[in-house]
Amino acid sequence: MSRLGLIWANLFRRKTRAILTLFSLVVAFLLFVLLRTATELFTEGSGFAKPGVDRLIVVSKYSQIQSLPISALQRIAAVPGVQAVTHADWFGGIYQDSRNFFPIFPVKPRAWFDMYREHAIDPAHLEAFERTRAGAVAPAGLAERHGWRVGDKIPIQGDIYAKRDGSRLWEFDLVGLYQRADDGPEPLELLFQYDHFDEAKEYEQGQVGWFVVRIADSERAQETARAIDALFENSPDPTRTVTEAESMRQFMAQMGNIGLMMSGILGAVFFTILLLTGNTMMQALRERIPELAVLKTLGFADGAVAALVLGEALLLSLAGAALGVLGALAFAEVAGPALQQIVGAFEVAAHTLAEALAAALLLGLAAGAAPALSARRLAIVDALRGGR
Amino acid sequence: MNLVHCHALEKSFLKGKQVVEVLKGIDLEVREGEFLALMGPSGSGKTTLLNLIGGLDRPSAGAVEVGGRALADLTGRQLARWRSETIGFIFQFYNLLPVLTARRNVELPLLLTGLTRRQRREHSAAALALVGLEDRAGHKPGELSGGQQQRVAIARAIVADPKLLVCDEPTGDLDRGTADEVLGLLEILNREHGKTVIMVTHDPKAAEHASRRLQLDKGRLAGAAA
Repeated sequence: MSRLGLIWANLFRRKTRAILTLFSLVVAFLLFVLLRTATELFTEGSGFAKPGVDRLIVVSKYSQIQSLPISALQRIAAVPGVQAVTHADWFGGIYQDSRNFFPIFPVKPRAWFDMYREHAIDPAHLEAFERTRAGAVAPAGLAERHGWRVGDKIPIQGDIYAKRDGSRLWEFDLVGLYQRADDGPEPLELLFQYDHFDEAKEYEQGQVGWFVVRIADSERAQETARAIDALFENSPDPTRTVTEAESMRQFMAQMGNIGLMMSGILGAVFFTILLLTGNTMMQALRERIPELAVLKTLGFADGAVAALVLGEALLLSLAGAALGVLGALAFAEVAGPALQQIVGAFEVAAHTLAEALAAALLLGLAAGAAPALSARRLAIVDALRGGR
Repeated sequence: MNLVHCHALEKSFLKGKQVVEVLKGIDLEVREGEFLALMGPSGSGKTTLLNLIGGLDRPSAGAVEVGGRALADLTGRQLARWRSETIGFIFQFYNLLPVLTARRNVELPLLLTGLTRRQRREHSAAALALVGLEDRAGHKPGELSGGQQQRVAIARAIVADPKLLVCDEPTGDLDRGTADEVLGLLEILNREHGKTVIMVTHDPKAAEHASRRLQLDKGRLAGAAA
């Protein structure tokens, strides 16, 4: 037997209580990891794509949903430091059921894939995409999830854009698949021909949702962004240009202050768990005051007895955290693909695991501090007498 | 040669605002290898004296020396270490840890030594064999009789090979037959293994196993007991 064995044996002296407390901790840490991961996805948008350091996004100064004239493209392209420009729009749209959400963008095929070089597409598929008026390409993962094959027709119900004939049914011919070229998050967007979109939509011809700009020097991103915005400052369509990372963050922030909400929930969960674990530890201490006195009688110093009690709280907290983290990782593995359509790539970051470990240590220390101090202060003679 | 030397030992407690004097100037010497029985009525201060000799409590006045070591000179930490090396404690209610098996209870004091896990297991097995309980090593206290529990407690008291065994009413919770077995064991430890034993007891029959008997009355040593 070691001191750890002694701690373990004491921890499970009342199995039901220990298991229930452990279960609460497991749930708390499961929530911790999942909510922290979700918070990051929502506040940073990091799950959707790895933002390009050399890309800027140009949107309307008034609102992200306000469109811009496509004529601005040429002027942006002429700004010093700009290497390439393309555009996209938020099409919205529903495939079969609103729960099947995925982004749909009308784009210029070759310019888009030239801009997003981290997305790989077979040259034959890209050619077919350019050639086919109602053509669309889908990420391989999205196609697999919905059982699409090249050659299929994909019906999308337009919830923002109707056609000129008043119909809201948009049918696309799937002419190709694309995927991530490196090990970053898989793309999510169904892409279709901008020209077809512009011609067929009921209104707002010649307008785009946003421009994507590749710049020569990422160090000069701010300067280039200011130069672009200066071009349109006094026009009817003033712009706001930000880096791609900032754009993602702002997009996710539209959903509200997710970070604050998540922090509030986690704070409440951990406060409750702290009370619960602290109470369990105090109860466990009161039950065995004479036993702790016996340990002191046998020669365990005050500090050693306090360390045993603190060790129990830490072990309980760390065991709960370990199981909770494992549960969260299993959840991310199993439910990640389904969640990808909603929040992007649901992957637990290494720093979230480190935060869980730190939280477990803090929780263990906080819950065990008062009982450990009481154990340290126990006077042997009084405590032995109390046991009779 | 004296192992224990108590000089002008006093101990008082505060009970509310009242000072209760439990020990009033005890002078006591216990020779190495002696089996001393401390007798006396309840409240006479027997257990308090035992606690002071065992380093579980500090006197209000006077001095305790054990093996030439003045306990007053030791810090709390040093005193704890000294107890683990010098004293084996045996209580009336055994005071075993219910969550541990007999073997692990016996092994507890060895966690404070530098012995390896294997050595600790060997030592605790030997101690359990000495009290005749090697076959119950894997049982928890709740699965043992009172006599068996007290024998486990004795094994725990001797496993670190202390010079002095202090026993507070070790047979107080046992029937006559079992009590005699436990007392016989203490006698063997005293005679054959050279342990000095100081035993507090109410029971004259238990005290008969000791080589010397002293009577305590109202905090003073009243001389040799009958």
